Amino acid sequence: MATTSKRPAALEIPTGTENALGQAQTWEGSLEDLRGLVSDRAITGETMLLNLGPHHPSTHGVLRLLLELDGEEIISCLPDIGFLHTGIEKNIESKTYEKAVTLTDRMDYLAPMSNNMVFSMAVEKLTGLDVPERAQVIRVICLELTRLNSHLVWLGTHAMDLGAMSVFLYCFREREYILDLFEKLGGQRMMTSYIRPGGVWRDLTEDFLPALEKFLGYFPGRIDDYEKLLTDNPIWIDRTQGIGVVEPEEAIALALSGPCLRGSGVNYDIRKAMPYSGYENYEFNVPLGEHGDVYDRYIIRVQEMRESVKIIHQGIKKLASTSGHFRSDNRKFVPPPRAELGRSMEAVIHHFKLWTEGFSVPDEEVYVAIESPRGEIGCYLHGTGGNKPRRVHFKTPSFIHISALGKLTSGHMLADLVGIVGSIDCVLGDSDR
Amino acid sequence: MGVISSKLGDLGVVTTTLDTAVNWARTGAMWPLLFGLACCAIEMMSTQAGDYDLSRFGMELNRASPRQSDLIIVAGRVSRKMSPVIRQLYDQMAAPRYVIAMGDCASCGGVYNNYAIVQGVDEIIPVDVYVAGCPPRPEQLIQGILTLHELVKGERLKEWVVEGAR
Repeated sequence: MATTSKRPAALEIPTGTENALGQAQTWEGSLEDLRGLVSDRAITGETMLLNLGPHHPSTHGVLRLLLELDGEEIISCLPDIGFLHTGIEKNIESKTYEKAVTLTDRMDYLAPMSNNMVFSMAVEKLTGLDVPERAQVIRVICLELTRLNSHLVWLGTHAMDLGAMSVFLYCFREREYILDLFEKLGGQRMMTSYIRPGGVWRDLTEDFLPALEKFLGYFPGRIDDYEKLLTDNPIWIDRTQGIGVVEPEEAIALALSGPCLRGSGVNYDIRKAMPYSGYENYEFNVPLGEHGDVYDRYIIRVQEMRESVKIIHQGIKKLASTSGHFRSDNRKFVPPPRAELGRSMEAVIHHFKLWTEGFSVPDEEVYVAIESPRGEIGCYLHGTGGNKPRRVHFKTPSFIHISALGKLTSGHMLADLVGIVGSIDCVLGDSDR
Repeated sequence: MGVISSKLGDLGVVTTTLDTAVNWARTGAMWPLLFGLACCAIEMMSTQAGDYDLSRFGMELNRASPRQSDLIIVAGRVSRKMSPVIRQLYDQMAAPRYVIAMGDCASCGGVYNNYAIVQGVDEIIPVDVYVAGCPPRPEQLIQGILTLHELVKGERLKEWVVEGAR
């Protein structure tokens, strides 16, 4: 519910160079500070330094770029991140493992389930907690829905950046349906915290599968619609082909992952290379690009959406034949169902212990990685033997991809920058966390 | 519009107060600043997309420049590093200007009580309407916007003169 406040009498507009926080608003450094970061021509004033962001409509969040321009050509591009630094990793150190899942949702806010998944997998690997087969299948369905969800937002905003407004409206129409599905599962549209250590929060609701099948029935046709609008569109081709090219060796050297890496033709998908959650039992292709440009990365993401639909179809079939619960039965880690509390003293004790103290994780470290819609998201987790982690670190794809921006953009026109930033699909919450 | 249409007889003449007419105009086309921070910005985009269609309230046009916008929706968590930027954007907006704090983080810091996050954007800029939720549903944002419209409709020009430019 919205609440209103009595508007305070006008806050004093700061005078001079200080803002309301007492921080200097003017830059007090000198150009000499930039020596080594930009070319010497910028220091002498021969080329122009241009600041883009952090408030700019096509930086996909609060990314700031310091550009050095020779006319309209980009000489160098220095990303400045941290405008969305939230201290999530530090916050998790003071949470129990069950509560920390809620925080991981909010890192990469376009793919919350992937974050839940990688954190839960790290906890499961450290504790040796089992995940029933049914839970694994549900997880795969959710992860692929998340991929669709994320790629739809990416396609809509990327196309809007390059001037195709209607794609945005179509993509968000389909995305709303996916969010409705998530709401049936977790009760929330975006931040469901549905995937948790040991399985998923609750079983699929009765109306979930019929709604999902209805969605899968019409969605491939909608992908055709997007492709009709963009794939053969001469304006789209002109703006994307040959722009932001990464050679395969360069892509590996820059540590790119996900569609950015596969756009250059490198066949590396963690779902195939190091299968998790039973991905080895699903039939799907890994689309690869040839040229490594913005257009190839677009094509790959569109094809990935089609592959995701295939995977979800197989998941639904598997669901009928798999046994087991939606969550582990190990009561030392997973709270007992509500019905058990009334008749079992042991269940009450477990329930009390898990919700007050949480479970303990051994004093060991682990790294797990999964394929998020953006690329490799990894979780490094170090337990203490107690109920809270000593250190959690996430290796996030957006961070790595933003660091590659300098390489990708140099030599291109300023107008192409928007397309290149869009094509690496960075989410600043993912990068800064 | 209710006041005006009820007084619109067959004469083709409208009588109303200046207050009502100005406030009607202000609520009819309140252009928001195209400005998103985190998760809530995605829900804000959903609100503007087809399903929820913010243009029903005259707000389909997001302005990328603060000088052309009337409303800033602070959608997401505000970090210490971002806060001077938000203050500068607010300072650049022309009066009358309104602020909606969308989501728990912008309203009170939300789940992040730590070194990085400003505990509510009202530490930096004055907020008119707080919308709770993490992130709020589009319906909640729309309700927040309508609440703001109600506030604006209650404004008096006399008070504006006294208070001066905000």
